[in-house]
Amino acid sequence: MTTIAPEDTAREAVFDATVAADERIEPRDWMPDAYRSTLVRQIAQHAHSEIIGMQPEANWITRAPSLRRKAILMAKVQDEAGHGLYLYSAAETLGTSRDELLDKLHSGRQKYSSIFNYPTLTWADVGAIGWLVDGAAITNQVPLCRCSYGPYARAMVRVCKEESFHQRQGYELLLALSRGTEAQHAMAQDAVNRWWWPSLMMFGPPDDESSHSAQSMAWKIKRHSNDELRQRFVDICVPQAEALGLSLPDPDLTWNDERGHWDFGPIDWTEFREVLKGNGPCNAQRINRRRQAHEEGAWVREAAAAHAAKHGKATR
Amino acid sequence: MRNATATPALPLGDDALILSHRLGEWAGNAPVLEEEVALANIALDLLGQARVLLSLAGDEDELAYLREERQFRNLQLVEQPNGDFAHTIARQLYFSTYQELLFEHLATTESELAPLAAKAVKEVAYHRDHAHQWTLRLGDGTDESRVRMQRALDALWRFTGEMFEPVEGLETVPWPALHDSWATRITHTLEQATLTIPDGPRRGGWTAGTGRQGLHTESFGRMLAEMQHLHRSHPGATW
Repeated sequence: MTTIAPEDTAREAVFDATVAADERIEPRDWMPDAYRSTLVRQIAQHAHSEIIGMQPEANWITRAPSLRRKAILMAKVQDEAGHGLYLYSAAETLGTSRDELLDKLHSGRQKYSSIFNYPTLTWADVGAIGWLVDGAAITNQVPLCRCSYGPYARAMVRVCKEESFHQRQGYELLLALSRGTEAQHAMAQDAVNRWWWPSLMMFGPPDDESSHSAQSMAWKIKRHSNDELRQRFVDICVPQAEALGLSLPDPDLTWNDERGHWDFGPIDWTEFREVLKGNGPCNAQRINRRRQAHEEGAWVREAAAAHAAKHGKATR
Repeated sequence: MRNATATPALPLGDDALILSHRLGEWAGNAPVLEEEVALANIALDLLGQARVLLSLAGDEDELAYLREERQFRNLQLVEQPNGDFAHTIARQLYFSTYQELLFEHLATTESELAPLAAKAVKEVAYHRDHAHQWTLRLGDGTDESRVRMQRALDALWRFTGEMFEPVEGLETVPWPALHDSWATRITHTLEQATLTIPDGPRRGGWTAGTGRQGLHTESFGRMLAEMQHLHRSHPGATW
């Protein structure tokens, strides 16, 4: 059994004051264990989402319909691998190795964003992911650039810059389809119909059901509630959909003059919980593919380590 | 479509286009996250080269998406399936060593390809170094990696001869000298990696021709079917 030593109380006071003053906590600073584990959980989930998120988009690299689109898509998927790298590095500053986190992903002990458990069925899905999924991610992530933990906040500055490019390419891709042939327009509309509701679910459960939110807000890991961010996203998307010439699949979308926001219909949280539990269309496929790539790459990683050991240098 | 066969930009553009496509197939499947970034980087460099080169020969998308298999002029080497990571590295080592030497030469000529070659040779030097470093790690890593790397080098060896056959429009290239430099560099890498230089034939026993004459291997048709399917399904559409 541990007792709280007086120096811990003093350190906690410094920590609290740093957070209260909107300054950054750095890796060498003392921090409460729960703060550390909350951050590791969140950063790991974010890193895992980046690398699992490569799959639905990589699904279209080999079929991209023009060389320009192919170059953009390859660069985007590469950026996601890069985001995975920064984020695993940010988690390492909290004392948790990439290998440990990958093990937890592969064994299902840590999660990734449920959105990637939906399939990319047509080329337009690449656009819908960029516009809606990356758009929702940016809405969630921009406030993280001011997160109280320094390495995470700094990683997010770079991630957000690249994500905003991703969002624009998705929008531009959909615009080309929407203004293209009848078949292209229909493809774009179908993709938006399928991705709209799952994108709204990306902000997490409603505020009154969100288990981690209150503490994260107090620690300034999180700055806005799930429902606030969701509303912000809807308000951004409605005029963009109109500019795209596409409709959003919600008959209840109406401007509420009193609130100054768009009202939207009820979200099917049963679907959200089912996908979260593992019953989405691609949960098993995504994780199996990740495990398979990792297992098939084991001999390569072992070779690199053996070579480094023989020649007395780091693997990379 | 212009008479694209008249310019050497076409065969060299096809090499870059097809190898880029194969490398793109690795996305999400690489053995380690750093290699996701590295393989995508090489694929993007090659795609960038392909777009410049194909645009010298005609319309890049028409050339990439609307030609039949027999109209592609790429080396058979670059269309070979990825196989395991060792095969991908062996293919890259053979090709990037060749491409670096060829572009070093072209950069010094009056050819319309000189500006592209001068710019691309820096990227290609990195591709070759990446393949060289991995050949060392795999050759001189574990027993398993050594077996796999040697097997890959041996399997792809028969596609290395066609690289040094004359290409229409590149009459000034000193192919035999290029070949000797290539062999020296490859030998150096393989010796350093404690691997054996393959000693099989440098081309298939079938003398009908090579990729440069539009004769390809079976997997190439499937690759093109996948690559061209969406574009061809919407004739005249813009993307």
